[in-house]
Amino acid sequence: MNGQGGWGWRAVKAFTVLVYLFMFAPIAVTVLLSFNPAQFGGFPMEGVTLRWFWELAANDMVLRALRTSLLIGALSALICTLLGILAAMALVRYEFRGKEWINTLLISPVLIPETVLAVGLLLFLRWLEQPRSLVLLLLGHVMLTLPFVVLVVQARLIGIKRVYEEAALSLGANRFQTFREVTLPLLMPAVLAGILLAFTISFDNVTATMFWRPAGVETMPTQIFSMLRNSISPEINALGTLMIVVTVGLPVIGAALARYVGRGQR
Amino acid sequence: MTQGEPTVELRRVTLGYGGFIAVKDVDLTVPTGTFVTLLGPSGCGKTTILRAIAGLVPALGGEIIIKGRRVNDVPIHKRNIGLVFQNYALFPHKTVFDNVAFGLKYRGVDKAAIEKRVKRALDVVRLPGVESKLPSELSGGQQQRIALARAVVIEPDVLLLDEPLSALDANLREEMRVELKSIQRTLGITTIFVTHDQEEALALSDCVVVMDHGRIEQAGAPEEVYRWPASRFVADFLGQSNLLPGQIIDVANSGATVRLSGGGEILVRNGAGAQLGQAVETVIRAHRVMVRPPGHETGPNLFDGRVQSVAYLGGMAAYVIEGEIGVHAINTIDRQIFREGDRVQVSIAPEDCVLLDDKGLRIGH
Ligand SMILES: Nc1ncnc2c1ncn2[C@@H]1O[C@H](COP(=O)(O)OP(=O)(O)OP(=O)(O)O)[C@@H](O)[C@H]1O
Ligand SMILES: [Mg+2]
Repeated sequence: MNGQGGWGWRAVKAFTVLVYLFMFAPIAVTVLLSFNPAQFGGFPMEGVTLRWFWELAANDMVLRALRTSLLIGALSALICTLLGILAAMALVRYEFRGKEWINTLLISPVLIPETVLAVGLLLFLRWLEQPRSLVLLLLGHVMLTLPFVVLVVQARLIGIKRVYEEAALSLGANRFQTFREVTLPLLMPAVLAGILLAFTISFDNVTATMFWRPAGVETMPTQIFSMLRNSISPEINALGTLMIVVTVGLPVIGAALARYVGRGQR
Repeated sequence: MTQGEPTVELRRVTLGYGGFIAVKDVDLTVPTGTFVTLLGPSGCGKTTILRAIAGLVPALGGEIIIKGRRVNDVPIHKRNIGLVFQNYALFPHKTVFDNVAFGLKYRGVDKAAIEKRVKRALDVVRLPGVESKLPSELSGGQQQRIALARAVVIEPDVLLLDEPLSALDANLREEMRVELKSIQRTLGITTIFVTHDQEEALALSDCVVVMDHGRIEQAGAPEEVYRWPASRFVADFLGQSNLLPGQIIDVANSGATVRLSGGGEILVRNGAGAQLGQAVETVIRAHRVMVRPPGHETGPNLFDGRVQSVAYLGGMAAYVIEGEIGVHAINTIDRQIFREGDRVQVSIAPEDCVLLDDKGLRIGH
């Protein structure tokens, strides 16, 4: 083995730096260029402007896509959280036949390639002789995000000792009251994490959404995609920057919130 | 110990987990206001019985009766029991007040009364003024007091405690033990306590129930169980005993003489029912084997011996004696401690001997 100063070690370090550069440089470039006033921008930057953001705000198509994305994201988050809590409770706290199967089934969308999933759902729709619709898109997103929520909530639920619930029951609270007063509050950090996770995953999903969206409906990512086909406008950079802010910012806020809610709990 | 109606009664109760029988055909009566301890080695089914009374483990057979009502099919939240766990199980997200008030909320107690009763409960456990703290801000001993307050504030029919002191360190444990007993006395609350610490069991209980392998070996007052073990298991499990095999060679009115296999003959007072020639085991508590200087005493069951080894225990000394009979003895040190090799005289009172038959069960009483 070479020591700390050996060339092998140095090569590993250099390689690591390169990997990170490769991963983050495009993001940094996107963010930087979104503030560049030049129409066909490149480096060096000619100044700093918010012009592209203002243009975005005036772009009807972008606004519509944003609304769609927010709606689908929020609804997926809501539905997934409700279903996720119920599923996790059933899987962790109750014994029933076929439990293993249901568990696997719930988690499987994570393991199956998204394209396969997307085509599958479309074929199913065809078989039902239904047109593509927003509801379908929403259902699809729920299917995609549910496993993550279930996993997060399940992990936390396993960590919540049963004695808390048993104590509540012994004091006279029925099962529902016990859930509301004890289990749910203790589960809250995971629930918040689940909501954010679901929203974020839904918000920047591209592949499956391409398959599922009804004609004429765009979400933020598909909107960017179609804008790219026409031109490379700096507006796209601004849009990208916004997406980054949302998808990075939300979990950060969420983590802080979860810590706040979880304070005082062991 | 047998005053009044029983609060809890188990009639031939069988309990288990998915095909595995943990407790079989157990009968138990807990009179109102008494402190009953389930004592036994790990895995003998103590917790299982307690949880069955609470309603957390279903009865596979038999009847569980609380205050004259068969509760086999009554869910836990309708049983009116107080439950205290080994690890406190205080709701970590609720303040001490909300923890203690929890049970009252579901009993339709109005707000003013809740406040009064919570305050009184906190006074009883001697922790007034901590209402607004979170459990994580309290020490282990304090948390366990709050858990106790939370359980007694609802005035349960029976208080169920599963090794509530075992998470505390030794000093605190002793202190809490005294306190627990005094709280139980003050409130007069019927209590079932689970432990595998025999000292705790003997110190606290009106009645000790010794269990092994899902069965009750003996139930009785602490002195009774200690002095008159009903079986070889109890003799062995509780305190330190000499178990000396032998054979009955003489039976008189209420006594018998045993010839010990290891040599020597011993007169026992309580041999009623022993048959001449029967193989027996004589149980003698180490604390009841008196080690004296030679020629010190007169009477039956005097043996000459020599101290083979001695362990100093503070106020007591534990001796291993060899000679006419080989026994273990634990005596208080009154003037001098005997040294290794000292010649001594061992005396054993006939009434301190218990005879076991070849099945390990006590003969007579
Ligand atoms: N949830 C469970 N599932 C299956 N078997 C169990 C379960 N709980 C207990 N047992 C078994 O039942 C038997 C009695 O267990 P129990 O917990 O009542 O013992 P205990 O006397 O309380 O022991 P300890 O002093 O270690 O707490 C044990 O053999 C144990 O392995
Ligand atoms: Mg136990």
